Amino acid sequence: MKIIVCVKQVPNTNEIKINPETGTLIRDGVESILNHDDANALEEALKIKDRDPKTEVIVLTMGPPQAREMLEECIAMGADEAVLLSDRALGGSDTWATSNALAAGIRKIGNYDLIFAGRQAIDGDTAQVGPQIAEKLGIPQITYVREFQMEGKRITVQRALEDGYQVLKTTMPCVLTCIKELNTPRYMSIRGILKGAAAEIKVWSAEDIGVNEELVGLKASPTNVYRSFTPKPKGKGVSVKGDTAKELAGNLLAELKEKHII
Amino acid sequence: MANFAEYKDVWVFTEQRQGKLMNVARQLLGEGYRLSREISKDTRVCAVLAGDGVDHLVDELYAYGADVVYQIDHFLLKEYTTDAYAKAMTDAIRTYKPEIVLFGATFIGRDLAPRIAARLDTGLTADCTRLDINTANYVEYLKTYTTASTDGISGRNDDNGLKQTRPAFGGNLMATIVTPNTRPQMATVRPGVMDPREKKQGARGQLIRVCAQLSADDIHVEVVEVVKAAKELVSLTDADIICSGGRGLGSAEGFRLMEEFAAKVGGVVGASRAAVDSGWIDQSHQVGQTGTTVKPKIYFACGISGAIQHQAGMKGSDVIVAVNKDPQAPMMQIADYAICGDLKKVVPEIIAQWDAES
Repeated sequence: MKIIVCVKQVPNTNEIKINPETGTLIRDGVESILNHDDANALEEALKIKDRDPKTEVIVLTMGPPQAREMLEECIAMGADEAVLLSDRALGGSDTWATSNALAAGIRKIGNYDLIFAGRQAIDGDTAQVGPQIAEKLGIPQITYVREFQMEGKRITVQRALEDGYQVLKTTMPCVLTCIKELNTPRYMSIRGILKGAAAEIKVWSAEDIGVNEELVGLKASPTNVYRSFTPKPKGKGVSVKGDTAKELAGNLLAELKEKHII
Repeated sequence: MANFAEYKDVWVFTEQRQGKLMNVARQLLGEGYRLSREISKDTRVCAVLAGDGVDHLVDELYAYGADVVYQIDHFLLKEYTTDAYAKAMTDAIRTYKPEIVLFGATFIGRDLAPRIAARLDTGLTADCTRLDINTANYVEYLKTYTTASTDGISGRNDDNGLKQTRPAFGGNLMATIVTPNTRPQMATVRPGVMDPREKKQGARGQLIRVCAQLSADDIHVEVVEVVKAAKELVSLTDADIICSGGRGLGSAEGFRLMEEFAAKVGGVVGASRAAVDSGWIDQSHQVGQTGTTVKPKIYFACGISGAIQHQAGMKGSDVIVAVNKDPQAPMMQIADYAICGDLKKVVPEIIAQWDAES
C-alpha cells in the first residue's frame, strides 16, 4: 500500500511580530515548522505503517529549497521518502495553482492508495488545497477527519461538524484532511534523525511534473493579492478606577449604564 | 478569459442542516443584498437552497432579503455529501452564471466551495471578514482602520470587482484578494461577521426550481449517520454578552465562576485557546482564529492576555471589558474598559452588583 502525505513548511505564527512603523511582518528569526495539522496527517499514515510495515509513506511538499529541512524531519518521524516540488515557476501560486502542482506531483509518484493532508496551514488558513487536489485527481475527499478506520480498501471515518460529526464510508483512493483531534503526532527518533539527515530528497521542477505557466505560478492564479496590511490599533480605552474590587465593579457598571450599554 | 457580461447577480449558498437554515445563511443574504445594490440597480441577490423537501424555507429566504430563490430539491441532497452538492451547485452555476457566489465558512462550506472553485477553474477566497464592491468605501475603510497605503487606488467607483478582505498569519496580517480574470468570484465568509437584514414577514420573490441531474453513481462517499454532539451547542455567535476566561482562571474550577457570571448577565461562556488547551473547558467554547469569531454587545475578557489569535476572533465586539492583573497585557490595551485587579474578586462583585445596576 502506498500513502502520500501532503505537508507544508510554515512560519510559527505564534512568534510573528509586527513592525509597528511599517506595519509589516518581521520574519527574521521566526522559526519554520511542519504545519500542525500536517503532522497529524503524517502520524495517521505512520500508524498504518506500524500495523503493516510493507506500507510505503511518501511525503510531498511544494516550497523553496529550505523546505528540505522539514522533509528530513518527516523522514525522521518515519516516512520512507520525500519529494520537494521546487521551482521559481511555482512561486506565487494561489490554492488553485498549488493544487495543480501537487496533483501533478502525486500523478508522477503514481499508484497511490491514500492521500493524507492537514485540514489547513496556519499561515493562510484557507483549507482549500486538500479538496482542490482531490478535484484535480478526480477522487473523493473527506475533510476534517477526526477518526479513521480501515478494512482492506474500505475506510470509515468520523468527519467533524460544528455540532457533532458524520460517520462516512468510502473506498480508496481518496483524499483525507486531518484535524488535531485525530491523533497525537510522534516525536522523531534518534535513528530517524540520522536517517533523515542521510536521506536523498527528490527535488522536482515544474518541467519534471509536466506543468506550465498556464497551470502554476503567480500569473496562472485566479486570485491575486490586491493589498496587504495590518489593522490599526484601536484607540485607548478607559482604565476603570477604584481601590477595592467592589469599587471597581461598581464604577464599571455605572460607566456601562451611563453609555447605555446595559 | 470569461465573458464578464454574461455573469450577473450575487448568489448565496444558503446552507441548511436537517431542514433548518444556518444563521450564516441569513447573514450572507444581508451582505449579498448590500453588494448586489452596489453593483447595479438590476443586480439581484439570489439564495441557492439545496436539500430534500426544503419548500418550507423559501419564505424565510425572501423575508431575509432574497430577490430570487433557486431551489434545488433532490432526495440525494438530503444529507450533505461533497459529491452531490458540488455537482448540483456546479451545474447550476454553469447554467445561470452568477457574478459572485458566497458560502458560509462552516465545516460544510469550507468542504464544498473549494471543490466547486477547482471544477470551475475560478478563484476562491477563504474566511472573508469584509467584502467591498464600492471602491470609495473600500478606500475609506483602509484609511480609517488599517495601515495600508491607498496610493494607486482611484477613488472612483469604476471597478465593479469584489474586494475580499481576510485575515492571514493568525490575524497578524490582513489581505484583500481579487479575482480579476475569471467568473464567478467566489468567497467563503466567516460566520458571525456580517449582519442579516431585518426580517420582513410576507416579503415575496421569484422562485426558480432547478432540476438536479444526480444519480447514486455520482456519490462516492456514503453517509452512515450524523451524530449530534451530546453537549449543548454553544451559540457564541448569537450571544449578546460573552463571559470569556483564559489562563488567569487558573483551573477548570475557575470556569464555574464564568458559568455563574454568564448565567447572571444572560450571556454565554467563552474561552481562550490557552484555557482550552489546558483542558479546563471544551473546545466548542473557544473564541479566536482557530475557534469561533464573535461580535457580542459586551465581551468580558477575564484573565485573557489577548494573543493576536484570540483578538482575531473578538475584536469586532461592540464593547470589550478586560479584567486582568497585568495592566500591560495586550487585552488591556484593546479593551474599552480595563480593570486592573484580581478577577476572582472583581467578577463576583460584578455578579453581585449586576441587578442593582441594570
